[in-house]
Amino acid sequence: MTAHETLPSRRSRRDGDAGTDGAKRPTRRRQTVGGVVVSLIAELLIIAGAGTGLYVVWTAWWTDVVAVNQQTKLVEGLHQKTTPTTGTGTEHHGPAPVLAEPPNVTDVFGTMQIPRFGKDYLRPIGEGTDREKVLNTIGLGHYQDTAMPGAEGNFAVAGHRVTYGKPLNQIAELKTGDDIVVRVTDAKTKFDVWYVYKVTDSQIVTPDHVETIAPVPNKPGVEPTADDRWLTLTACHPMWSAKERYVTHAKLAYWMPASEGTPKEVSETSK
Amino acid sequence: MIFPFVWRILPGPTALKVLELLVLLAAIVFALFTWVFPWIAADILPPPDGTVDVTPTP
Repeated sequence: MTAHETLPSRRSRRDGDAGTDGAKRPTRRRQTVGGVVVSLIAELLIIAGAGTGLYVVWTAWWTDVVAVNQQTKLVEGLHQKTTPTTGTGTEHHGPAPVLAEPPNVTDVFGTMQIPRFGKDYLRPIGEGTDREKVLNTIGLGHYQDTAMPGAEGNFAVAGHRVTYGKPLNQIAELKTGDDIVVRVTDAKTKFDVWYVYKVTDSQIVTPDHVETIAPVPNKPGVEPTADDRWLTLTACHPMWSAKERYVTHAKLAYWMPASEGTPKEVSETSK
Repeated sequence: MIFPFVWRILPGPTALKVLELLVLLAAIVFALFTWVFPWIAADILPPPDGTVDVTPTP
């Protein structure tokens, strides 16, 4: 067998390089070609296993760490001042002031608070639903060309349910009547308004159901009236899958200029 | 094979080798987290993004 002939000679060359560790030589096992191949495969499998495990750690944990850090900075960047909480302002029900849709994808124009997701839940909302530029970094993304908060039509927002800060991780816990509070802030035009929406219903659809974000949800082509001021959240369903979408609709209950006060829905929670 | 080879080429006494190994592992994890995994996530296995669309994203 040539293998038995070549291997010892390679060994002796190696040991020659190593020099004086002759004492260790007798303890080394002789390796056959088969043994070398098997141990190489075993080691490659260990490396592949470790790499796969690390990838899971990266997706499930590290992307959250990075994204939450980033999103906290974006919220701070909006410079939303704490609004007065004593003697909360008037709850306006008439036509609401509406900020013009930001021109650029990634423009951050507001924040969202959902008390059901925890009292600390405060996330930035960016323009557009580009995965890399908006959903993976800013978190919540406003579907371009859908209504802005407070406007007649449907303010539609997408977000990850897992990974990258998972802004809509608990979307399935939302119940009818739950509050979704949006605050739109634009320093340039001194625009700063709260919008309080109440959850009406949730549905699970396949991703092609774009009518869920129609101006009047699920009624494509119907013109929204003064009563149709909707908010829609979309996230993946089931978790970790792209098969379906979890869609939650909410309707505007009232709006309040930030100068007047803080909606009671968030004043009890965010101190 | 690979592991004994790495162990052999690391210079210095055992204590130093252990330290070098830790640094090496940290560097590998850093490279994976910073460049390799984001690339895999973006181009090979995009995770679901939760949007509704006419052309469904994977």
